Amino acid sequence: MARIELNGITKSFGAQRALKGLDLVVEDGEFFVLLGRTGAGKTTTLRVIAGLEKPDTGSVSIGNRDVGGWTAAERDVALVLQQYSLYPRLTVRGNLEFPLRSKVRRQSEEEIARRVDRAAKTLQITHLLDRKVERLSGGEMQRVSIGRAIVRQPSVFLMDEPLSALDAKLRESLRVELKKLHAELGATFLFVTHDQVEAMSMGDKIGVLQSGRLVQVGTPSEIYERPLNTFVARSVGSPPMNLIEGRLGAGGAEIGGYSLPVSAAALGARAVTFGVRPENVVLAGGAPAEARVFDIEDQGVIKILAMDMGDTRLHVTVPAGTRVARDEVVRFGWKPERVLTFDPASGVNLALG
Amino acid sequence: MAEIKTKGEMLFNRGAILAVVVALIIMLTPIYWIAATSFKARNLATTIPPTVVFEPTLAPFAKLFTKRSQLREPVAPEVYEAAPWWEKLIYDGGEQVVRNKKTNEPTSSGFGNRYMNSLIVSIISTFLAVSMGTLTAYGFSRFRVPGEQDWLFFILSTRMLPPVVVAIPMFLMYRAVGLHDTHIGLIILYTAFNLSFAVWIMKGFIDEIPREYEEAALVDGYTRMEAFFKIVLPEALTGIAATAVFCFITAWNEYAFALMMTSKNAQTAPPYIPSQVGSGLSDWTVIASGAFLFLVPVAIFTFLLRNHLLRGMSFGAIRK
Ligand SMILES: Nc1ncnc2c1ncn2[C@@H]1O[C@H](COP(=O)(O)OP(=O)(O)OP(=O)(O)O)[C@@H](O)[C@H]1O
Ligand SMILES: [Mg+2]
Repeated sequence: MARIELNGITKSFGAQRALKGLDLVVEDGEFFVLLGRTGAGKTTTLRVIAGLEKPDTGSVSIGNRDVGGWTAAERDVALVLQQYSLYPRLTVRGNLEFPLRSKVRRQSEEEIARRVDRAAKTLQITHLLDRKVERLSGGEMQRVSIGRAIVRQPSVFLMDEPLSALDAKLRESLRVELKKLHAELGATFLFVTHDQVEAMSMGDKIGVLQSGRLVQVGTPSEIYERPLNTFVARSVGSPPMNLIEGRLGAGGAEIGGYSLPVSAAALGARAVTFGVRPENVVLAGGAPAEARVFDIEDQGVIKILAMDMGDTRLHVTVPAGTRVARDEVVRFGWKPERVLTFDPASGVNLALG
Repeated sequence: MAEIKTKGEMLFNRGAILAVVVALIIMLTPIYWIAATSFKARNLATTIPPTVVFEPTLAPFAKLFTKRSQLREPVAPEVYEAAPWWEKLIYDGGEQVVRNKKTNEPTSSGFGNRYMNSLIVSIISTFLAVSMGTLTAYGFSRFRVPGEQDWLFFILSTRMLPPVVVAIPMFLMYRAVGLHDTHIGLIILYTAFNLSFAVWIMKGFIDEIPREYEEAALVDGYTRMEAFFKIVLPEALTGIAATAVFCFITAWNEYAFALMMTSKNAQTAPPYIPSQVGSGLSDWTVIASGAFLFLVPVAIFTFLLRNHLLRGMSFGAIRK
């Protein structure tokens, strides 16, 4: 059993505070994605769990045992990095065998051969086994590093943006493979990324990390539909959620001189930031508000419109068949039940307190 | 694809080749001179103009390793016939080997011993300086060392005094603690002298090795030491080779301390060779043969490590 639990982890590098009281629980067998921008502390979090970095305060437990005093070798975690992930000078086979030849995990030769073969088959790298790692493409390298992680059969996989250096197509196929692998192995995966598409498509759960703190944890749909604050709201979804300053009045939402319906609970009259995702804005002839189309991006299935309502830039997705031209003035409304309200000062989602 | 070169480029290339050839001639001439002289008969060594075509002889080397005296009268034919080849060469030059009165063994000139001393002292001190330097550099490179910059500066500062300045105090200390004229004494001295340099160069090389490699090994179940030997060391080989060549050459060529700190027992080759340049008639062929043998180890060592050295140099040049 390998549940990961971090309690109140802080970690500073000189004056730079990388983690500020991080609490995180990853349940056994879960595929947990840690999403955060660059510098949020994602790598540091993984290094703390792996035992490569000692936290200043706080405790780390794996499988309900405090591993604070354990070395990296004793923790039985596998780490896959974005780059520099393979041992140079060794062949692919040498790399895959490497962990199985360490003192703590020494295996018999037959067992090593068996595991290497199986991992190679799983990742379709059998034909590369005798190649030197310098001669691999980026995608092959990442497969091999994932292979090196799985031969050990660890209870925890830590992955630090393993796909971010790859091209889009490869990224997509490896995403699928990783999910499959997770299903087969049943191990705990902690996957770190700054790519929200990766987070949404892979995670059983997503944790949003902001400057060394975990802001919200939830399933992808919870994160998407019920973000705790504007930061989380804009972390997922592409194009990001529209945030519109306005007022909640008797007649509903008042934005840019227009009045739109809302189904938000009675909050009383007050200034709020309305949040509405691009797909929940509707263009319609008799709709209450008006904006000028600034740009159109045709993505095949849908079109993404950027339009200006006063000084507020809004993004809207519409079916590809929609006829609309640049600089055209269109009327729009929104789906009232999908509109979120945030506190303008703190950014907190008012519906969630 | 064929490269298309303009006329200007081709001219430039020819000019560059010419420049390299000229530079090579200038640099190789002294080495040729020493090598040639060390295979010449004595009377050919100082002719004007220099003798270029000659019959090579090993006489200078035979003389180099033995103690000799002038023959008063020609040697008896049966003695000459009974002598080994190298002694014949000495007789041919009008000299005889000085033999021990009791055992009748030929007396050695001491060059062989000194040459061995040079090898022992240089190899061991190079090994020590490079291994300690590599470990120290690794520590500085990978761990947070309080006052790291100050320490590094301090280490380098040991090289800022000219060695001559510390020679006399060192001499007195060495005599007091009994390190004077010992191999260990010289080894310590050369190790200390080379260590600062080794730390600095190796730190540069180790800094270039991504620490992710070792960290992966740590996570894969290896100890820090195992990771160092299995991952870092092979990657640092180029730097180690460059450092070793440098340390070896420094120790091998060192003259001032060797002259002062040693006399009979542990003296190395450098002080010996010039001591053969007497005030009277010097046998230049012997001196040349000594110098020639002295060049050989450095040449071999550098040749063996040439690939690493080349890579080491270009590596530094590209990155910095
Ligand atoms: N060894 C270190 N020394 C100094 N500062 C560090 C060190 N490691 C991390 N930091 C700092 O800690 C903060 C968090 O770094 P971390 O590498 O965890 O971010 P990240 O979320 O992984 O970012 P990225 O997406 O760019 O990889 C950053 O501000 C970084 O500069
Ligand atoms: Mg990172």
